[in-house]
Amino acid sequence: MENMAVKMQGITKAFNGVKANDHVDFYLEKGSIHGLLGENGAGKTTLMNILYGLYQQDEGTIMINGKIEDISSPVKAISLGIGMVHQHFMLARPLTVVENVMLGRKSRRGILLDTKQTAQELAAVSDKYKMGVDPYSKIWQLSVGEQQRVEILTAIYMGAQTLILDEPTAVLTPQETELFFDTLREMREDGKSIILITHKLEEIVEIVDEVTVLRDGKMIGTKKMDPSVTKGELTNMMVGRDVLFNFPEITKQPGEVKLSFRNICVRNDKGLPALKDFSLDIRESEVVGLAGVDGNGQKELCEVLTGLRKADSGEMTLGGEPVINKEPIFFINKKVSYIPEDRHTTGLALDWSLKRNLIFKSIGKAPYSRNGLMQSKCINAYWEKAKDEYQIKAICGDEKARSLSGGNQQKIILAREIDVEPEVLIADQPTRGLDVGAAEYVRNKIIEARNNSAAVLVVSADLEEILQISDRIAVIYDGELMGILPRGADTYEIGELMMGKREEVAVSGK
Amino acid sequence: MLSNIFSLSFLVSLLAGTIRLATPILIPALGQIYTQRAGILNLSVEGTMLMGAISGFTVACATGSLWLGLLTGIVVGMLFSLIMAWLSITVRANQVIAGIGLNILGAGFAAYLYRVIFGIRSLPAQIDSFQQINIPVLSDLPIIGQIFIQHNILVYLAFLLVPLTWFVIEKTTFGLKIKAVGEHPKAADSKGISVYRIRYSAVLIGGAYAGMGGAFMTIAYMNSFTESVIGGRGYISVAVVIFARFLPSRAMWGALLFGLASALQLRLQALGAAIPSQLLLMLPYLATIAALIFASKKAEFPSAYTLPYSRLER
Repeated sequence: MENMAVKMQGITKAFNGVKANDHVDFYLEKGSIHGLLGENGAGKTTLMNILYGLYQQDEGTIMINGKIEDISSPVKAISLGIGMVHQHFMLARPLTVVENVMLGRKSRRGILLDTKQTAQELAAVSDKYKMGVDPYSKIWQLSVGEQQRVEILTAIYMGAQTLILDEPTAVLTPQETELFFDTLREMREDGKSIILITHKLEEIVEIVDEVTVLRDGKMIGTKKMDPSVTKGELTNMMVGRDVLFNFPEITKQPGEVKLSFRNICVRNDKGLPALKDFSLDIRESEVVGLAGVDGNGQKELCEVLTGLRKADSGEMTLGGEPVINKEPIFFINKKVSYIPEDRHTTGLALDWSLKRNLIFKSIGKAPYSRNGLMQSKCINAYWEKAKDEYQIKAICGDEKARSLSGGNQQKIILAREIDVEPEVLIADQPTRGLDVGAAEYVRNKIIEARNNSAAVLVVSADLEEILQISDRIAVIYDGELMGILPRGADTYEIGELMMGKREEVAVSGK
Repeated sequence: MLSNIFSLSFLVSLLAGTIRLATPILIPALGQIYTQRAGILNLSVEGTMLMGAISGFTVACATGSLWLGLLTGIVVGMLFSLIMAWLSITVRANQVIAGIGLNILGAGFAAYLYRVIFGIRSLPAQIDSFQQINIPVLSDLPIIGQIFIQHNILVYLAFLLVPLTWFVIEKTTFGLKIKAVGEHPKAADSKGISVYRIRYSAVLIGGAYAGMGGAFMTIAYMNSFTESVIGGRGYISVAVVIFARFLPSRAMWGALLFGLASALQLRLQALGAAIPSQLLLMLPYLATIAALIFASKKAEFPSAYTLPYSRLER
């Protein structure tokens, strides 16, 4: 008992009657790294939000260092030495690092801010763990990896002995991940206890001492990690069945160039250059994977390719015809399909019915509309067909898109975008936030589209995914094309390019 | 006519008028900086000012104490904005709708109160309003004294609030918390800041300033209450905050711009300019809207602007 930093017993938490956690037991040994493994929606984050005081459990007890505690708020959690780094960073972007830190603690100058003193102490902690954080930089100026370091630094500065990390590596390049793991090991040496929430098996195998698996809100089991534990075993615990990593066979070799763009320059929403002389060809029956850390111009590129954003300069041809800066409707009519990055704001109208989302692109077009009237029979028939074909789990077609799980929402978009037999498919982060099963389904559908002669561009921050489905891999960094690599390229090499290190790779001759 | 406009006395009176007319915009605008920085768009400033105007006037009438009237205006402004706070923060109602509804309530209620308390009369009830201060020598200085040192005490108080507001927002823990709940309420919550409490205080401060601005109109700028005494100043002050990108010093310039246009309009009318008075009356509003159009594009709104917060929403 003495060596337990955290012990949670019988934790139950329901949202609107749905149990996100159902009698979950969890413990964390002092000075260890404990993995919390599960698919999206398995209840990992909910459990940790309870430990951090953001939610209160409906049932169950929490013991911290052997004492039962009622963690009523994050403040209480912090005072108990618990810190949490969320998946979506809890940092106010216009404020500086030190301002964000001061939000969480009492000022030593009463109602006035103690900026200078805090900044000095912060810099000291940053030096100790070699994090290289400047307390006075504004959050929006920092890269995602740096922001994560700010979060960890803040937690340690606040005196955290137990650190909860929610999907910390989702946003990191392979190199950054290694660095990050080094930091974790160093903190473990220091006697800190760490909970690592993840759905990546590689991480569990690499760094974790013990792992607890959750599925559908229930605890499946806890295991000490040793070489005898296999990935397959963990997958089985996590998904409840064996996941078949079977893809449709590649039935066609890439053909003629379908979509080609040359020297595209475009600005982002802030008016800053997002793409710099970006050129790429995509052929028929080919998947080009675009690898890169988020925010390096991928979104803007997809928007140019679908007519949603005007390029400042550059050329673009579709089947030989110049198409730069045409309106979105032009691309839709040319069978250019688009799976947008954010299904909540761009992909779906969340408060619309599923049926209506399904025909969103065809509103006013036959056969779904005649003489300005919606043809509900026709729409219903289409819905039934799509529902079966794409295995959409929904009560009925009149349900709001909001009420579906992420995976089923994505299936609605897939049905809409792939059912038209696209000639070009632009898929921006098509599996983000989906569980293993749903992600495999989406990738399968993308390969299917490819085998049906579509030219496909898949943008993803997930290297695994890129490697799985791409015929060629293009790497983008800071709006520039860093290079194009063949299928089966080395992860490390891609990682280097993702961080903008073109020359080094060239010199090393890789 | 032209020679009249370019005469020194015209300019002096124009600038003095600018400062005086800017005040009832500046006070509520400074208050709305707190409110809007915390992520709440309170469109009911107009109604709040009317409530402050009638209550301040009534109490000043009844007690003979202008300061008590001012205090009442502030308190009533806070009470009235408490409804807005409750609607937008606790009930999580749409802020635009709530604001518009409260404006109608405030305008109607103020007019009703006036009739109940003062009855219908041919001449409006009047009080002795705040008088301009008179500092020997200084107030008599040519030009400078006439422009800057012949106002009533509340004008100076209002302009003192500019650096004070800046200081609170930028240098105190309270200011940092306000910015945080407007920018990333979830982050603030996870750091142990009560989003509700900070947002309530931000709306209440805005209400206090609006109530003070309203009372200023009846007991310092004028000496009576009419139903149109606020005349859109509440709306303008909301706009000025956005024009000012939520910065107190810029809000001051915005208020002065409106003040200048108003003062100019009044003086042109008095001079009998050959422009229809209806058009002249539009001038301050047009000038402000034009300025807004040019400036607001660059405004970076707090990320959680007009968004209610709930911890359970994921």
